[in-house]
Amino acid sequence: MKQLTKARRDDIHLLFDPPGPRARRRIRIATAVSLAVFAALLAFAVRQFAAHGQLDADQWRMFGEWPIIRFLLSGLGQTLLVTAVAAALAFPLGGIVALGRLARNRPTRALARTYVELFRSVPLLLLLYVFLFGLPGVGLTFPVFWQLVIPIVLGNAAVVAEIFRAGVLSLPRGQTEAAYSLGMTHRQTMSGVVFPQALRAVSPALVSQLVRLLKDSTLGYVVSYLELLHQAKVLGEYYHAVLSTYLVAAACFIAVNSALSGAASWLEARRA
Amino acid sequence: MFTHVDAVAGQLGRGLLLTLAMTALTFTGAVAGGLVVAVLRICPVAPLRAFGAGYVTVFRNIPLLVLLVLFVFGLPDLGLLYPLFATVTTAMALYWAAFVCEVVRSGVRAVPRGQAEVARALGLGFGQCLRHVILPQAVRPMVQPLGSIFIGCALSTSLAAAVGVAELTGQAEFLTLRYDQPLTSFALTTVVYVALTLTSGLVAGRVERKLAVAR
Repeated sequence: MKQLTKARRDDIHLLFDPPGPRARRRIRIATAVSLAVFAALLAFAVRQFAAHGQLDADQWRMFGEWPIIRFLLSGLGQTLLVTAVAAALAFPLGGIVALGRLARNRPTRALARTYVELFRSVPLLLLLYVFLFGLPGVGLTFPVFWQLVIPIVLGNAAVVAEIFRAGVLSLPRGQTEAAYSLGMTHRQTMSGVVFPQALRAVSPALVSQLVRLLKDSTLGYVVSYLELLHQAKVLGEYYHAVLSTYLVAAACFIAVNSALSGAASWLEARRA
Repeated sequence: MFTHVDAVAGQLGRGLLLTLAMTALTFTGAVAGGLVVAVLRICPVAPLRAFGAGYVTVFRNIPLLVLLVLFVFGLPDLGLLYPLFATVTTAMALYWAAFVCEVVRSGVRAVPRGQAEVARALGLGFGQCLRHVILPQAVRPMVQPLGSIFIGCALSTSLAAAVGVAELTGQAEFLTLRYDQPLTSFALTTVVYVALTLTSGLVAGRVERKLAVAR
């Protein structure tokens, strides 16, 4: 936290001289004006909500009832489950693909490269539709959970592979050279020297990738898998409280994801 | 397998046009919005800075699909009903603006502090300092990340299909259900997306080399 505030101050000091008396007065005026504008915007939003009955008790009361809370929490649990399973599969797969991209064998490299380029440029939803509508046409149907998880894994493995590769390439060359000169084979060098260090280097990026995985899990909305967004849809339509339910769901997603982002920047700061 | 070539090509072409239009509008909006938020985040006025920080926290952490659903199905409850295309594009631009803001900020931070100090010591004003010293050096490290954001925009426009916009992915789904030729339409669509991302990557590399500054 301390480092973050320091970084922000650097931003400001980079572009501005320390303010003198006149600049300080101008800043005070701008502060007052901006506060007034924000207050006006807030008042407008509240009025808009109230005018359309969105602040009525029946739009919000159910979020205090345990069955509803449990319903949403089970959705959140499924979201986390999808994220965890997808991460547990995508990270190792990404590692394997990264090894392929760094292999000394040319066809292996080409294959891994093709995988990465292909799955990085296909939108996840298209991939999902392939599993949802395409493959059943040729007689291949997966359970709903895997219809959601497999596309997420395939798509994210490509990104994770690039993260790992960047981590390996960021290591000083001396590490590999030293390992070779100690008589280690390519395999030993990779698994004993290069990968462990690369893993440390990319751990913040991997935690950030969890945020993306969690965002991707909302595609359960499309395949009707019972994750948080889908649960919110069901609940909102049932109670005719679409806006408030989606707002609650959005708040949950933001809370979980900003915790993950915070963990990522904590790791980053600790490493630096 | 190729019995409906004309119809399929026409549908996919229309979908592609919609995807391209959405990508272009989203990216333009995101760059404009991201610049504004970046300025808010580094300006000396505390409430504006807090607003910028809050904006980035919210929009970087909300899943895009949640934002789209909120805009498309939630806003009409507030009496804010706009055409679907405009609603979706606005939501996506707001989402990507948060990412652009972070790119801009880290680009500015990549300029060594001494540069700004020297510029001020030479008597350049704030605007001059920004225009002649900071921005020319800050733009180059922004190009690659902005290229990635462009690709991200292009791919994320596919999510619009989930809320009912018939862009490329939506058309692929429609054609699959209509003509029962899943492999053809998905393969064609994939080729288009790959072409789109590879071209964007190449263009970003080009621009970056053009903007190279000797340090």
